[in-house]
Amino acid sequence: MAQAVGFFTDTTLCIGCKACEVACKEWNQLPNNPLEFRDSYDNTGQLDHANWRHVRFIESTTTSPDKPIAWSMMSDVCKHCANASCLEVCPTDAIIRTEFDTVFIQQDVCNGCRDCISACPYGVIGFNSTSGTAQKCTFCYDRLQNNLKPACATACPTQSIKFGPLDELRQTAATRLATLKAQGVSQAQIYGDKEYGGLHAFFLITEKPEAYALPSAQSAVLPSRNNFPGYLTATITAILAGLAGLIAFRRRGEAPTTPSPSPGAGTGGSSPSPARGGGQGGGT
Amino acid sequence: MPGEHFVVPPHWEWYILGYFFFAGISGGSYVLGTMLRLWGDARDATTSRAAFLISFPTLLICPILLTLDLGQPLRFWHFLINDSGGGLAFKSWSPMSLGAWALLVFGVFSVVMFLAALTERDSIRFRRLQPAASFVAATAGRVFMVVGAIFGLFVAAYTGVLLAVSNQPVWSDTWALGGLFLASALSGSAASVLLATRNRSEAMATDRKLIEADRYFILLELALIVLFLATLGGVLSKVLSGGWIILWVVVLVGTLVPLGLHWRASRIRATIPPVGTAAADISLLAPVLVLLGVLALRAVVIFSAQA
Repeated sequence: MAQAVGFFTDTTLCIGCKACEVACKEWNQLPNNPLEFRDSYDNTGQLDHANWRHVRFIESTTTSPDKPIAWSMMSDVCKHCANASCLEVCPTDAIIRTEFDTVFIQQDVCNGCRDCISACPYGVIGFNSTSGTAQKCTFCYDRLQNNLKPACATACPTQSIKFGPLDELRQTAATRLATLKAQGVSQAQIYGDKEYGGLHAFFLITEKPEAYALPSAQSAVLPSRNNFPGYLTATITAILAGLAGLIAFRRRGEAPTTPSPSPGAGTGGSSPSPARGGGQGGGT
Repeated sequence: MPGEHFVVPPHWEWYILGYFFFAGISGGSYVLGTMLRLWGDARDATTSRAAFLISFPTLLICPILLTLDLGQPLRFWHFLINDSGGGLAFKSWSPMSLGAWALLVFGVFSVVMFLAALTERDSIRFRRLQPAASFVAATAGRVFMVVGAIFGLFVAAYTGVLLAVSNQPVWSDTWALGGLFLASALSGSAASVLLATRNRSEAMATDRKLIEADRYFILLELALIVLFLATLGGVLSKVLSGGWIILWVVVLVGTLVPLGLHWRASRIRATIPPVGTAAADISLLAPVLVLLGVLALRAVVIFSAQA
């Protein structure tokens, strides 16, 4: 297995230029977004099948009269979780983990069931109605195989998006966090150290995770958590329904008879009588 | 506790609604047919046969709807065969994977019981199916029937678990959906069988038993609806707001009214009401309302979470 790689996105360095979005679209030949006006500089809207990088513009009000609006920008992307919800639920094994420890959707295997879309807690995966498959960031798998950096990290002019071996990136992130804390940015934190077993695309953020559409560490849970309670409830219901059937259908003073075929019709001792009213009752 | 996620909807819509409905009716009908044969008497033969005759045709609709819903319908077999690594595509922790296999396996049980039921009705016309009927009549056939019923229960219930095993708000915030869909499926199946046999005098005695069973299934369903709503916490408003209320009204009408009619029928229905009479219309009304309620319940769960 090749070395595990990752993205470290430092939101304090992002200037919202969207060079990453453009580079991603160009390299991966993703379609243009439809022209629409939004009440924001964010004209991408969300990650989906045609947008594998999305620069979020988080606008919040402040108490400062000089700067009533504060912006935070973050270049969002698939997190390539160590414990990936999409990979967990995928019934066709179309979603795999690559030799770089990234999460990849095999387009020739995906049958478009969309289970992964309902599982991803980051809303990363989109359905491409043209190809009929689920699509998301590939971590530029083709570039990695040719020893090239992903397109977005290559294009980022401020080095907000850093690419490299995962271990090295985590050290870089820890150093940067310490620097910011020393400078008084007390709310700075790393998102992605613990969530889903550690994200391969992790972030330095300065607000609560939810402000960036990132679930908190407590909310970062896998779909399979509901397997046991779901099946348990169904099993208890099945037992209760079985008891209900036993009470309702129990023999009432007659010998049990399993119908056996005999020439000339007749089922288990009850000869079919003509259907009343002419109905055949659902083909029975 | 509900977790805050930022999931986008998978756009499971009409095909999936239809699939969930027919999977419930198919699995539930098979289970009812099995219970009638295990615990009933000779007079229940017509109704149990009707249940098995309902199970297989409704099951046949399921893979068609599922396949039509896929983005790549011709790759439906990827649910079963691993196209990239070879071997079988089977993941016990993925309800969709388990469900695809369960549909296939349950199909075997359902078709055998269907063929046996055909022979019971007309053994001369379907004489080539005699082996199926003989097999079912034997002791091994009973074991076969019971194993099939376990798969039938799974097919009727797993669709609720499938929704829960996600990170979608509403679906993943509750553990009640598997049980709720099962109880509702059994109630809908009892209604389907009642409709199928309502004009048959030989099914009269079993109709009363089915009505009694349906009362229990509806009570179970109502209890699970309460549990479902109680477990939603902060996202409760998502399923109880706006137009979804109309569907909930249909669900309530599809449970409470049949419950009342069933209760009334169990008290006064000593004889079969002649077709065309008010009593016969009531016996038609209750199952129809139940089936509408079953459909509305699945619709409100599927659509409200994705709105």
